[in-house]
Amino acid sequence: MTLDQVSNLSKSYVVKDIKKDPLMTKLIDMGLFSGKEIRLLFKAPFGDPIAIDLQGYTLSLRREEAALIAIE
Amino acid sequence: MKAALVGNPNSGKTSVFNLLTGLNQKVGNYPGITVDKKWGHFNHQGTRVELLDLPGLYSIYPKSQDEEVVFQVLRQKDHPDHPDLVIVVMDTTNLERNLFLATQILDLGIPTLLVANMIDLMDKNQVGVNFEKLSELLGRVPLVPFNARTGQDLALLKSALLEVPLEVMPIPYTQEFMNLEDWDTGRQEEAARGEARYKRIRQILSFCQHLPRKRSVRHQKWDQILTHPFWGYLIFLSLLALIFQTIFAWSEVPMNLIDTVFLTLSQWSQATLPNGPLTDLISQGLIPGLGGVMIFIPQIALLFGFIFVLEETGYMARMVFITDRLIRPFGLNGRSIVPLISGVACAIPAVMATRTIDHWKERLITIMVVPLMSCSARLPVYTLLIALVVPDVSWGIFNLKGMVLMALYLVGFVAALFSALLFKWLLKTKEKSFLVMELPDYKIPRWSNLGITMLEKCKVFVWEAGKVILAISVILWLLASYGPGDQMASAIAEIPVPTESAQQADYQHQVKSVALEHSYIGRAGKWMEPAIQPLGYNWQIGISLITSFVAREVFVGSMATIYSVGETFESDQTLLERMSHQRNGLGKPVYTLASGISLMLFYAFAMQCMSTLAVVRRETKSWKWPLIQLIYMTALAYISALIAFNLLN
Repeated sequence: MTLDQVSNLSKSYVVKDIKKDPLMTKLIDMGLFSGKEIRLLFKAPFGDPIAIDLQGYTLSLRREEAALIAIE
Repeated sequence: MKAALVGNPNSGKTSVFNLLTGLNQKVGNYPGITVDKKWGHFNHQGTRVELLDLPGLYSIYPKSQDEEVVFQVLRQKDHPDHPDLVIVVMDTTNLERNLFLATQILDLGIPTLLVANMIDLMDKNQVGVNFEKLSELLGRVPLVPFNARTGQDLALLKSALLEVPLEVMPIPYTQEFMNLEDWDTGRQEEAARGEARYKRIRQILSFCQHLPRKRSVRHQKWDQILTHPFWGYLIFLSLLALIFQTIFAWSEVPMNLIDTVFLTLSQWSQATLPNGPLTDLISQGLIPGLGGVMIFIPQIALLFGFIFVLEETGYMARMVFITDRLIRPFGLNGRSIVPLISGVACAIPAVMATRTIDHWKERLITIMVVPLMSCSARLPVYTLLIALVVPDVSWGIFNLKGMVLMALYLVGFVAALFSALLFKWLLKTKEKSFLVMELPDYKIPRWSNLGITMLEKCKVFVWEAGKVILAISVILWLLASYGPGDQMASAIAEIPVPTESAQQADYQHQVKSVALEHSYIGRAGKWMEPAIQPLGYNWQIGISLITSFVAREVFVGSMATIYSVGETFESDQTLLERMSHQRNGLGKPVYTLASGISLMLFYAFAMQCMSTLAVVRRETKSWKWPLIQLIYMTALAYISALIAFNLLN
């Protein structure tokens, strides 16, 4: 499952890995490394971009970027 | 001693910089790139410290121009800005991610001082940190807890800075994860190293940091309202409307004041200095040219004041968040929305505000289309022409004149969006568009930083764009005041000199009119008449098109000069009367609905503003983009004016 498919606001997930992409390192820099606990906070109108809680701060990303993040 | 300030965006780095240097700040540029360079200095215990404020970033691996600068300054020992010491500002409530950058800096082997900022927010976020332990685990790196909001313990911070040993300590934990020699051998490795670094940071933090079991996201209610599909947009639009109303209202008085001061100065120098061409150059060329630069300061200061507040409160990131999806199809991103809408006030601060767009292509597209938004300088032109050619018809509450004005604003906005689309197709880039952005917690702005920010933006404008604006306005003045041969003098001599003093003012108007007609610009206006005739214009309009390149509103003044009347057409109806009586060679009126609409469309689209071009050059670091902008906007203006004139005529 990838992060863009999440719609449940109360459930926490763990990052499994990040797909190979030019943005991969950017996402890791921002704290999305495997093993990180994350949670969906809210979505922008039209469901894109989304905001997630990264235990320490709130990060927003577009759906296509969220699709690079495999979670479990 | 040379020190450099590094930190994540939103870590309070700018506040620390302002606290340390106060008003001893300078802004400039790194050679060849569009990154602002900020530096300052302070003295403490007899030592002078030169402090360089590097752009905020999350990782030292360069992915944008800003990050490239930081990487080069810190990495290359022979770089002119390479510091003796690095100060890393961290947000203590989010140490994990802030230590990612901090440990990368430590790995570079430059003496480092860590500043654990925002300790005032630790309680609210239920975060506990053993700073001594943290410093020890990082290899006895000097670490100062700090609160930049109050600036308490500033002296302690300064002393700690001077006490940092200037030789590098071995770093026991992190070094192995970053081999600087192969930093570009591949993203895959870099990613693996990034993950390993985070795991090590977690390990370190597990010994010295206490976090709440589940982080309570503060102010979540605010986010629910401010990103709501209905309320979110309503608040966004109302807030923008309020901001622009305020900019218009508050900038009017200072702008009039600047206008008056420079007018008085010009008249005073004309009267005081000995008569001659040098005096004319000073009083009619240089002083009004300077005034033409200064006149933008109130709007720049106000707009950046508001942007500062929007950013500091955290609302700016939410604006980006809710508008990104809407304007993404046009090759723009959420960060383009503020510059784009600011263009309604003035394109100059708007172009300067594109700095926050870190994706170069999207930033360039935004810069290219911003001047199509109807700025306040177009308003006097629209007002004059609407009064002249649009019939006074009303249907209920709708007045045709008002609707034409509204349509002109709308047409500018639509043109901006579609030009953006065009540039999206034309401009090729390897960089992929992305919006991975921190949504900072809502905060009350630190007002002490407000003045410094406004001052900085005005300085950048005056020093970097002002020179070009001044030069072009002096050249245009020369071309409007002097003509080839002695045609101007002999034409003036032909005007009968009045005997009665009552006709003196009228005589002066006529002299001005004839002088302009026979100047180089006047000749150019006549020379270009065949080119603008298909749009329904005559040579009088041609002259005004050239002179209004200084600023669009100059059109009205030039028209007044050409038709030899006073310059305030609102109070004095003579300009409107004379213009409406103007006939062309076939005896038909020149100013009809067709030519009027054609002229308004021309002003809506044409790049009739040298100040904007100067700022675009400053922001893109080349004449290429302002030239492309000038050409495409003039072409758009010409074609739409041509179509409008032929459809309506």
